[in-house]
Amino acid sequence: MQGDRLPEGGRIDRARPLSFTFNGRALQGYDGDTLASALLANGIHLCARSFKYHRPRGIVGLGVEEPSALVELLGDDASGNRPATTIPLREGLVAQSVNCWPGPGFDLGAVTQLIGRFIPAGFYYKTFKWPNWHLFEPAIRRAAGLAAAPTEPPAKGHFENRYAHCDVLVAGAGPAGLQAALEAARAGRRVILADEGVEAGGGLLNRRLTISGAPALDWVAGVVAELEAMPNVTHLQNATVWAYREHNYLMVNERAPDHPGLLERNWRIRAGEVICATGAIERMLVFGNNDRPGVMLASAAQAYVNRFGVRPGKRAVVFTNNSSAYAVAADLISGGVEVAAIIDSRAQVSEAARALVPNVEILTGHVVTTTRGGRALKGVEVAPLAGGASRRIACDLLAQSGGWNPAVHLWSQSRGTLRYDETLATFLSDKPAQAVTCVGAANGEIALDDDSDDLPYAIEPLWRVEQARGKAFLDIQNDVTVDDVHLALREGYDTVEHVKRYTTGGMGIDQGKTGNINIIGTVALAQGAAPGEIGTTTFRAPYTPVSFGAIGGLREESVTFPYRHTPITEWNHARGAFMYEAGARWRRPGYFPQAGESFQESVNRECRAVRQIVGVYDGSPLGTFELKGRDVGKFLDHLYTNIMSTLSPGQVRYGMMLSDDGLILDDGVVLRLSEHRWIVSTSTGHADAIHAHMEEQRQTCFPDWNLFVTNVTSQWNNATICGPRARALMEALGADVDLAPDALPFMGFADGQVADLPARIVRVSFTGELSFEINVAPRHMRALWERIMEVGAAFDITPVGSEANHVLRVEKGFLSLGHEVDGTVDPFDLGMGWVMSKKKPDYLGKHAVALRRAGTRDRRELVGLRPEPDQMIPEGAPLTQGGDRKPTEGLVTACVFSVVHDAWVGLALLENGQARHGEIVHVRLTDRTIPARVTAPVHYDPKGERLRS
Amino acid sequence: MMNIPCPFCGARNESEFAYGGPVKPDRPDPNAVPDEDWTAYLTRVPNPLGPVQERWHHVRGCGTWLTIWRDTRTHDIVEGPSDAG
Amino acid sequence: MMQRYSAAALLRHGLNRHTTWRRAWRTPPLKDAYDVIVIGAGGHGLATAYHLARDHGITNVAVLERGWLGGGNIARNTVTIRSNYMRDASIAFYVKSVELYEGLTRDLNFNMMHSKRTMVDVVQTYPKLRELRRRQLTMDIYGSTYEQISVEELRRRIPALTGGGPEARLPVIAGMVHTDAGVNRHDAVAWGYARASDAMGVEIHQQTAVQHLVRGPDGRIEGVETNRGMIRAPKVAVAVSGHTTTLTETVGLNLPLRTMNLTAFVSEPVKPLVDVIVNCPDSGFYFSQSDKGEMVIGGAPDMGQSFRRDIKQHVFEDTVTAMLSLFPSFKQLKLLRQWGGHLDISHDASPIMDETDVPGLFITAGWWGGYKAIPAGGLTLAHLVATGRPHPLMEKFTLNRFRHLDYVMESGTTTAR
Repeated sequence: MQGDRLPEGGRIDRARPLSFTFNGRALQGYDGDTLASALLANGIHLCARSFKYHRPRGIVGLGVEEPSALVELLGDDASGNRPATTIPLREGLVAQSVNCWPGPGFDLGAVTQLIGRFIPAGFYYKTFKWPNWHLFEPAIRRAAGLAAAPTEPPAKGHFENRYAHCDVLVAGAGPAGLQAALEAARAGRRVILADEGVEAGGGLLNRRLTISGAPALDWVAGVVAELEAMPNVTHLQNATVWAYREHNYLMVNERAPDHPGLLERNWRIRAGEVICATGAIERMLVFGNNDRPGVMLASAAQAYVNRFGVRPGKRAVVFTNNSSAYAVAADLISGGVEVAAIIDSRAQVSEAARALVPNVEILTGHVVTTTRGGRALKGVEVAPLAGGASRRIACDLLAQSGGWNPAVHLWSQSRGTLRYDETLATFLSDKPAQAVTCVGAANGEIALDDDSDDLPYAIEPLWRVEQARGKAFLDIQNDVTVDDVHLALREGYDTVEHVKRYTTGGMGIDQGKTGNINIIGTVALAQGAAPGEIGTTTFRAPYTPVSFGAIGGLREESVTFPYRHTPITEWNHARGAFMYEAGARWRRPGYFPQAGESFQESVNRECRAVRQIVGVYDGSPLGTFELKGRDVGKFLDHLYTNIMSTLSPGQVRYGMMLSDDGLILDDGVVLRLSEHRWIVSTSTGHADAIHAHMEEQRQTCFPDWNLFVTNVTSQWNNATICGPRARALMEALGADVDLAPDALPFMGFADGQVADLPARIVRVSFTGELSFEINVAPRHMRALWERIMEVGAAFDITPVGSEANHVLRVEKGFLSLGHEVDGTVDPFDLGMGWVMSKKKPDYLGKHAVALRRAGTRDRRELVGLRPEPDQMIPEGAPLTQGGDRKPTEGLVTACVFSVVHDAWVGLALLENGQARHGEIVHVRLTDRTIPARVTAPVHYDPKGERLRS
Repeated sequence: MMNIPCPFCGARNESEFAYGGPVKPDRPDPNAVPDEDWTAYLTRVPNPLGPVQERWHHVRGCGTWLTIWRDTRTHDIVEGPSDAG
Repeated sequence: MMQRYSAAALLRHGLNRHTTWRRAWRTPPLKDAYDVIVIGAGGHGLATAYHLARDHGITNVAVLERGWLGGGNIARNTVTIRSNYMRDASIAFYVKSVELYEGLTRDLNFNMMHSKRTMVDVVQTYPKLRELRRRQLTMDIYGSTYEQISVEELRRRIPALTGGGPEARLPVIAGMVHTDAGVNRHDAVAWGYARASDAMGVEIHQQTAVQHLVRGPDGRIEGVETNRGMIRAPKVAVAVSGHTTTLTETVGLNLPLRTMNLTAFVSEPVKPLVDVIVNCPDSGFYFSQSDKGEMVIGGAPDMGQSFRRDIKQHVFEDTVTAMLSLFPSFKQLKLLRQWGGHLDISHDASPIMDETDVPGLFITAGWWGGYKAIPAGGLTLAHLVATGRPHPLMEKFTLNRFRHLDYVMESGTTTAR
């Protein structure tokens, strides 16, 4: 029973009734309704309670400006805090009021109304201090927050992003936007027209205007049809331009795109030029109890009659300070609403305006001082603006118009400046900062031009009704009253930003679209200034709230940050390896547990294999770069601390790179393949950074040098065989190069065939054992690996993960970036001063290290640690004198169980550590201390005989 | 999302680039300048409220390190001073 | 004499329709000279003025603000207060700052709504876990608490954390709990310090923009030139995050600072869902739910120097994507508002508090997430200005470290790009 549905009219489809539920009541509306219009058709005004005082609130507006009627949708499209005016009705919709319990009619939270007098703006700054905030916070938190939080992602459907480029982006498909889009499209420009409404037409949809003598909506239909037919036009409805970024980059949120399963689409548009045809938003008037259900924006009341065929009240009073409300009154009358009176705060009203409502009483120079009623409007008190006796007029609808604010939000986001216009009593776009223009109502042209039958726009500002009785709301969502603003000013919060923050005015979901200017006006009146001198608060994105799902789009992490894999990944999985991401997005095996093994048992077994027999690991993720050119030698001499240019073809050299600040960037080995061809290998984690570093140096510092850098990390994979029996295994695999220590010594390499595959064999070692790094093309890697496993079975070959690698390198005292190198140490601190060339006069970091060492004392130096008695020390544990609560003198960088020693061994950075070998130091844990003996930072094979064997 | 002109690829989205920092004066010879000048070179960069010359690395593109002038107040890419070389 | 704030006072003034509340701070006439000028009526500037007056009896102080007080970064941050740092010097400083924050409501007779609600780190990589456990053990020396919890416990404490399962790219592997962490009301901090400083005689001058610093013939600072004329003082403290170099360049100083943009955004307000501060260091975002119900979310900094107060879309989208991977139910939550703040970051990313090469000119700068540093920053800068010596808590953070390239590397990374 839609008791307030008009018998005819409106852009709704009466042939398609829709059932929906609101606060548990089964109701009916029509296709084409919004939830708000359907509620009004059912005679429901009261649909929310306010934020602070829990006052009953009704439907005020028509669209995104709605400050009041917030609801929560349940079911498949569950989401909260939605203005009922922006929800297209659909079959089966289930909605409920927010912020009230048990319901908006009887709301227990309304007890706060009783103490309202004692809780003005900012009251919480002055109380709830004793004993502390924690006593009060839980109750306050429960009271705040409006809708319930979503607990599940959308049940079905997904979001997506789309890039687009255009010559002209037109924001808004009202009359000005349609006209602008048409002109640009006819000129052959690529146009995107985006409008937030369900259909084009903007304000024309809500009115009964004619253009060139024909119904305005005929003109709209004609333009839309022409645009649709043009291939250079993309026309989006239900699509809000919500952000305007630098370089004319704009975001458009398209809801319910015409695509199965797609919930929302976020457009990222780069526009040559932007036309803001965003229209204007009607503002509220400020008088007593101006929040009562039944008090509505005039344009909204008009739209409910014209567009939705709904009677928003039986007997209306119109309250205005401008000319636009007269057409509203006329349209209400046409819709069967009795208009009791028009209350106009202006002294003069044009004859043309009067002519629209010949039989209506017009009280000029009058204002509404307060409203009467409870949960529904029953009447208004009216008094002369200049003062005098008030009069009571019964009504159940008050259509109010405080004038129109051009929607300059996007313009302002683009960093365009604003100016206050006295004639229009509002802020207008002034100087652009990007290629953007405002047109139509967004440019202050509130009324249509002469070609239509629209009244010329005239306004006299009325920022607030001085004789208001009762709470006069400036922001009805956050319950901010005129008294609140006056209190803020009285207490010294006297800039508009202070007022906003102290009162929370304009900080609601509507971001003050209908009320902010009244706050500015109220401040201006109180300070005797012009609104232009007060200025606005900042307009920020988004224009209207946008779901995070739409912003994130389809960008699942697997798409945006895919793992890096080696050809052995599947084999690792099949072998039951414990895999995780270990730097630079590489997914690597940590260890290969066997049935019943603990983590430590697996790692110990893998370590033992390397130390006693032979193991193999996949070293493919190491960064590999091929450098070519005549000047590579001197380039590397600049980048590395040691001399690389003297390397002979066929040789390998370890090197360290510093930043020019003298901080360690990376370490690795360099191979000289031939006179002008080199291979630089880097750590896995820093490969990309070192690549960028080399290119920056090459391109910006040495552009004239003959030198090219190619990232060949993914062109080379490697399997590294290490352990005392590594050479025997290599021979069993079959290699056509001489593997004897003299022929292929440590830090040498040779190209040839291994297991009948073309390979480069490099004699480097990260484990301290005899090692052969077999480098092959990725297409051969799996075959090589399987061959190693097959042939290695006779040697009891053991695949080794990164955990065992960590143990092996700690035993050897090999440094690890991120463990021993944490941005504070230099090569000398690590006992690697030998890597810093004295001979080269200059290279990156040389001078910085010298300066730092000259200016600092008590440097932290790398040492070995042996806990006494033997036990594990957590990595990262601090060393303090005596283990006491004192500033740290060092840090345990690593501690591992050494199968060689059958004991825990560690590395640490310790103040003056190189001079403290043999000393006992103390590791401080939260509950105890661990004494540990300081040793040299090499726990195994200090002479390096094994790796050279 | 700026639209950065790459000399090889044309104007491309900023997300294709990695920021390379403000352009510093040419690296002096550390053995020829006083230590204060050397540490100043290492630790100081221009920080203007206005146009700054800076590098971007077209890392998800052609790999070029390029130089632009950008206004730090607006992100507008602007003409550099005429004597900027 | 400061008007007392209390529940009884609210009742009393309520009966007078709140017409009897006095101004929280005066707007006194501007004098032409002061003992100390503090530039910037943000958190650090106001806290410095407060401590100058309270601890050192220096009340002939002018705080000059080009806009409105409390309008800088203190107006645009995520109010996270914590002390879980890595280096001794940082931990000691922030432990002090947290302690001061906890007493601030009573010290200033202004409800800061300090909510010590705990920060929980969602750890997704082993290197990060190792780093946080390193912090834990060092923090313990200074009495700051940090504790590892299991994934089950983590999900129990943050029910909305439904992503990051075993199959995720970065599965959640552990949690770390920092019970000292909290949030409070940022505007209240500015207003509380302003009101208390004003009551002790400090003058706050808004809409007073310093155009340049002025050196005397002896090279010492002499005062500042403003849009309201020259103001003299033998000591000037610059507390203008982001704009430090803009001012110090006017006396030829060249400081190791760059201005960057850090962003934050809030969701629509919803009923209580998350009652701790959630930090996801591996994914690069953190958030807490305000008492008003909004999720207050912080993410990655913008690339490049920026004096703008908004964010680049793709940086923002990266943060949102990361958030949705761990909190997929937030897809239905809506973005309400976003903004950026510009702050200066020093060459080693640690703060700088020192007297500059211009005698009498002091700076406090390089605060990256400096909101949590406000109380101790004010305490220590007031000490430096009053005594000429760095406060013991700030000895490591002087400009001298850049002469020796002896950086304070809090981030633990290997470069100071």
